[in-house]
Formats: sequence, C-alpha cells, structure tokens
Amino acid sequence: MQRLLKSQKMLWHESTRMKLNFRIVIFTLAIAFGLFFSAPSLLNTEKGAKITLGLDLQGGLHMLLGVKTEEAVGSRMKSIAASVKHFTNHNDILLDTLKASEDEVKFSILDPDDAVVIDEMLKEVEGAQINHSGLNYAISLTPESVEATKKMAISQAIETIRNRLDQFGLAEPTVARQGTEKILVELPGIKTQEDEQRARELISRAAKLELIAVDEDRAMRVYNMTDAQAAQYGDVILEDNENPEVKYLLKEIPILDGGLLTNATVAFDQNNRPVINFALNSEGAQIFGDFTGKNVGKRMAIVLDGKVYSAPVINERIGGGHVQVSGNYSVNEANDLAIALRSGALLAPIYMMEKRSVGPSLGAESIRNSMVALMGGFVLVFIFMMVYYKMAGVIANIALVANLFIILAVMSLFGATLTLPGMAGIVLTVGMAVDANVIISERIRELLYEGKSLHKAIEEGYANAMRAILDANITTLIAAVVLYAYGTGAIKGFAITISIGILASMLTAILGTHGIYSSLEEKINKSKNPAFWFGISKKRLG
Amino acid sequence: MEFFKQSKTIGFMGKSKLAMIISIVLVLSSYGLLMTKGLNFGVDFAGGTIVQVQYEKTAPIDKMRTQLSSNEMFKGASITEFGSPDEVIIRLKTSSKDISKDVGDVTREALKGTGEFKIRRVDIVGPKVGNELREKGAMSLLLAMLGILIYVAFRFEWRFAVASIIALIHDVSIAMGALALTQIDVNLDVLAALLTILGYSLNDTIIVFDRIREGISDTKSLVLSDVIDESVTKTLSRTTLTSLTTFFVVLTLFMFGGEIIHSFGFTLLVGVVVGTYSSIFVASPILLWLGFDITSYHSKQAQKAIRNAEKEKMRAQFEQGTI
Repeated sequence: MQRLLKSQKMLWHESTRMKLNFRIVIFTLAIAFGLFFSAPSLLNTEKGAKITLGLDLQGGLHMLLGVKTEEAVGSRMKSIAASVKHFTNHNDILLDTLKASEDEVKFSILDPDDAVVIDEMLKEVEGAQINHSGLNYAISLTPESVEATKKMAISQAIETIRNRLDQFGLAEPTVARQGTEKILVELPGIKTQEDEQRARELISRAAKLELIAVDEDRAMRVYNMTDAQAAQYGDVILEDNENPEVKYLLKEIPILDGGLLTNATVAFDQNNRPVINFALNSEGAQIFGDFTGKNVGKRMAIVLDGKVYSAPVINERIGGGHVQVSGNYSVNEANDLAIALRSGALLAPIYMMEKRSVGPSLGAESIRNSMVALMGGFVLVFIFMMVYYKMAGVIANIALVANLFIILAVMSLFGATLTLPGMAGIVLTVGMAVDANVIISERIRELLYEGKSLHKAIEEGYANAMRAILDANITTLIAAVVLYAYGTGAIKGFAITISIGILASMLTAILGTHGIYSSLEEKINKSKNPAFWFGISKKRLG
Repeated sequence: MEFFKQSKTIGFMGKSKLAMIISIVLVLSSYGLLMTKGLNFGVDFAGGTIVQVQYEKTAPIDKMRTQLSSNEMFKGASITEFGSPDEVIIRLKTSSKDISKDVGDVTREALKGTGEFKIRRVDIVGPKVGNELREKGAMSLLLAMLGILIYVAFRFEWRFAVASIIALIHDVSIAMGALALTQIDVNLDVLAALLTILGYSLNDTIIVFDRIREGISDTKSLVLSDVIDESVTKTLSRTTLTSLTTFFVVLTLFMFGGEIIHSFGFTLLVGVVVGTYSSIFVASPILLWLGFDITSYHSKQAQKAIRNAEKEKMRAQFEQGTI
C-alpha cells in the first residue's frame, strides 16, 4: 500500500513535469502558427489566406434591397393576358374587353362555341384558377401560385442582379439572400461616386422590354386624354424616352415582352451612334412575325421600362426575330443596357432598404486612426506592465504580442472580415488580455509574501487565478456570442475579434506565461532577486 | 512597483450605505434623463439618411444650407461639422427607396458650386430595417443578461447571480443616462459598446465574487461583511490596475480612434468607470442585503461534499464489484 502511494506520487510528479514542457511547447507552436498565418496579411504577400477588410475599411457599397413581390403577380397577369390575346388572334377567336388587373385577367368571348378551345388553352396555364360563367372568363392565380410567383421574383432578382454585376466587371461582388425576402449586395472595389451610381443604375434597372402596338384609331387624341380615359379603351399613355413631352397611346397588353429575348448586343448605326440589337427566340420570332405581317402600315412601339424608345411604322412582315433599339445613349449606357437586357428583366421592381457606402479615402483614414489607437494603447499597456511588474510584466507582454499575432492568424485562416468595430475589438482585447496576467501576477505576489516557495507560489497562483479568469472570460464570451447572433455586418466583426481575442488569451496569457515561468523557475530561484522578477519589495518579503 | 500594500483590510461595507445613495441618485437621474431628454437614436435605429461630405478647404456650411434648402429632399436636414472644419455631416430623417438615383447623387448635384468636395459616406436606413435593428438590439441586451444570469447562478449561487445582474443593470442604466445627457447618436456601435460594458463590468464583479467565494470557504469568520471587506481589499490592486489599463486603452481609442468610433469610445469610457465602481460598491453590498449566510452556505457545501463522497464510494464499490 505504502509503495503504491509512493509510486502514485511519483507518477503525479512526473505528470506535472510533463505538463510544464507541454505548455511551453504549445505556446511556441501557437506563436509559430500566429507568425506564419498572419504573415500574408501583414506583409501583404501574393500567396496565402488573408484577412478581408470590411467595406467600412476598404471602401465600397453595401446595400440591402427589397423586392416589390406583389408587382410580380401583376406582371404575371399581364403576360397571361398577352398569351390569351396572341392565342385568340392566331385562332381567329373574337374577344370582348380583355383586361389585366393586379390579380385578375378578365375577358368574354362572343361565340359560345369557342369556349371549348379556350378552356383547352387555359388548362395549359400553370397555377391558374379559371372562373368561367357563360361567356365571361376570369383568370386568377391560386394562393400557392401567388406565393410561388413571389418567391420566384426574389430568387430571380438575386440571379439577375448577380448576372449583371458579373458582366459589369467589378471585383468580388456579393449578392445573397438575407432573411426570406431581402437581398444583400456588397460591392468592394467601387472607387468613385460616379462608379457607384452606375452600378446602382445597372442593378435597379427593370430592363423590361415590351413591344406594343400603337392604338392607331385614337392615337391623334393622346394629348387630350387622361390615363383613366385611355384605360377605358384598354390603352395606356407612355412618354417618349428622350422627350417626355411626346406621348404615345399604346395598347395595354403588349405583343410580346423581353422574356422571349435570347441575346442583346451593342452595335453602331450609320451615324456611328450606339444601338442595341436583340434577338428573339423561336416563339418570340413567330409572334413577332405574325404581328408585323398583320399590321403593315401601323406603328409598333419599342418600350423599355415604361418609356417609348422608338415607334417605327411596320413596312413589311419581319421574320427572323431580330430587332434594333436606337436611343440617344452613350456607349457606357448602351453597354449597361445590353447587360441588363441580356441578364433578363427583373420580375418585380426592387427598392432600397438600407445602404452604406464608404469612400476609399474614409476607409483608409479609419484604418490609420484605429492603428494609432491600437499602437497607442499597446505601448501604454506595454510600458505600464514592464514598470509595474518588471520581468513578470515582460512575460505578460510577450503573451500580449503573441495574442495579437494569433488573432490575425485565425482571422486570416478563416477569411474573417476585419471591420472598424473589429479593430476597436482588437484594441479592447489588448486591455482585457492583460487582465489575466494582472490577476495571476497579483496572486503570485500575494503567495510570495505569505512565504510560499517560488514553485508553490507559481502553481497555486495559476490554480487560484484560473477559476476567476475562466468565469470572467466565459461571461464576456456569452456577450460576444449574443452580439454575433444579433449583430449585423460591421458589428459582427467586433464580436469576432473579441471572441478570438478571448480564446487566444487563454492560450497565451494563461498557458503561455505559465510555461515560461516553469522553464525559468530554476533561474529565478538561483537569482534570488524576486524584486527583479516580480517587481515586489524585498523589505516586505523579509 | 506596488500601489497597494494591502496590509490592512479596508472597511468597504461600512461605506456601502453612502455608495448606495450615490448609486440610487445616479440611476434615478439617468432614468429621468432618459425620460425627459431621451436617447438620440441615430440612423441605424431611427432610420434616416447620413451624408458625409469632405471639402478641400473649410466647409462653407452657410452656403451649403442655402443651396440645399431649395431642394425638396433636404427639407428639415441638419447640417453640422464632423470632427474637423472641412468635414460636414448632413442628416435627414427620411430615407429614399430609389436605388438608381440616391441621396448621394442628389447631394452631389445640389452642392455644385460650393467648392471642391468629396462625398465620403452615405448611410441610408429604411424604417423597416431601423425597427428591426432596434428590436434586435434590445433583444440582444436582454439575452446577454439572461445568459450571464444563468451562468453565474450555475457557477456561484443564485444570490451572486442576482447581485451581479443588478450591478449590470446599474451600469447600463448610468451609461445610457450619460448618452441621453450628451445626446450622442445612438447607433449600432454604441449597442456593441453597451454589450462590452456588460461583459467587462461582469469581469470585475466575478473577480471580486470569486475571492468572496474563496474567502467564505477559507475564513473562520462568520461575518459576511468582514469576508467581503477582506476579499475586496485583496482584489483591489487587480481591480484598479486592470481598470486603469483598460481605461487608458479606451481613452486612446476615444481620442485617436477617429470621429466614427467616437461614440463607441465614449460609451466604453463611462462603462469602465461605472463598472469598476459597481463591482466594489454595488454588487458586493447587495450580496450582503440578499441575506447570504455563511453558516448555511457551509452546511450546504458540506452536504454537497458528503453526497459526492457517497457517490464516489458507490462507484468504488461498483468498480470493485461489491454491488
């Protein structure tokens, strides 16, 4: 039994010694890790994972966009109406008052015999609810289909905006869904306000292309007509793109829309002005050919986003599905327009919910300011610790520097974003990380005064301080995690640096310094100069 | 070097009545300020628009006012200097939803002819986002406190948890009072600062409580106030040193961190001072008043020890196969 106890004691002794080596090894590894992985960010090397600077530091545009999904339903109704119109024209069915409203398409047929054909055709329309009584039809969407249309509008908007920005040629644009119906757009690399405006115009452009017949019967009266009067005839009044004074009376239901478009490119006309050529798919070409064939001598308006770009007279049937849009635009505008047309129309308009844009010069200034604060705070703490605790302070400072490198390394490795509040978080971590060493050093001093041996003072000092430091750090971590979960953008960056800083400080300020003390223990003992090592008065030690 | 010789225990608890009066006065006047003046919510929480303009030379604020006033969009705009004479902030209560032509573009046009300038920042927060951020903000403060309450109750005892939460409410209230007094813009970063205060002030409280917990187990004295005095005295040098270093770090942040994190720095500055004070003079006395009793704590701990010992015994027997 006695021997067993003895051997157990020896085992315990050995295990503590093992732990001592263990600590300094881990600490050294941690420093190596910190130096190695923070190097790409600090030295700005070409290779290696680097910290991403937040938009508030590098400058750029952050937007949260909303989608007016209810309008997607409206345009769905309009396109159902357009296909009904085309179908009936094609099959020589006579219709009375075809009307599309926000959530309904209404029409009546004149010949009851046509009902069978119409019913057959309407079956093809997905998600439609058809109300058929006598000669009257009312088409609306099922609630599920309304939901689906709205959802579709959001995902389509995300897809479209992403396409447009990719073609615009900006570095690393982010387009992502946030929550259920918000779209997050982040554009670093925007340098000037002019660039920013161009990008915003490109994103928000509905790019809704419509080919609409001019109501030639009443076209002369357009300047004496109100919108309400026009609506009575199933018409709309639209302005000219270049000159808002010029107005056109157009049929409410378009011949076809941009959904049938396959390509759009910029070309130049005989006067060397940019024009946009677009091509229709086979269905579009068919509809377009049919319409132009039947309406020779009449005008057809090319309407983009509710503005009439041109309204040429149809001279002959146009097959092949190639259309040209001229307008008085610059090359840049024509390019952006072509991008927008190619990447498709937005099913529903989008609007600004939140925007943060920071100029690159302001970002650079923020970096400079927070670096000054960081360095200032750092030097202050550094000097204070050295003066107050002498060598113990130096050891704590080593841990502090290691902590900084580790924070940077971890952030680089995970590609975390460093924001302005994140910088503040690092500054604050300096203050907090040093706290652990203050607590430990105070404990060690206390124990030395009580006359404990150096070894005991260090071991007990760490053991006693450990509990308090752990509790304190965990509660701060709780606050940081909540901040991360509930914070947005820049604030998340603060939560990240604080959390990494706290976790790293456990490694550096507790484990690391402990390892250093353990390996220096003999030296400290031999020196017999605790005043130098711990900054305590010899007198009180007695 | 040493500031505190801690040869003698300082009678903190004897001063606790005075401290309590000070605290109550401070907290009540903070609530008074919050109710009369209220917090000056910035764009993040209230919604609205901010445009930051930097001029090459001193900003011609009067000229800017007259030129902007002719534009409908800038009705009720406040135009103030920001950090330096050549930098100006235009604040609007409204937020436009237009993406293609936003307030930055309009400002650029409206200010033409006032000199060479650059628009360096445009923040637009719509009402919906503002409301959401406010709700989330309040929620995060509550959740953080709840999380802390549970953790401290688990690690210490419920009275410790209640005392630390009261101290936290005390700190956050006073910090918010200071915000109402100075009418500093309350934005997301200020919320982050308030949450940091929670964590920081709790740090201090926990370090003191940890010593009290230790003191209770070690001491022969059964008078809680003596144990508290002794523990607070023992941690006094740590509390002061850490607070000082943190204070100086925050001070550099406040002074050199730039205009944008000014309010963040200010909130923290207030929080560090109040948090240090409260860990000594608020949290500990409350522990006393909540009727924490050393004798019953001892007996509870003893019972716990017995239970654990029994469990160990059972396990040992189990492992030896006697059960």
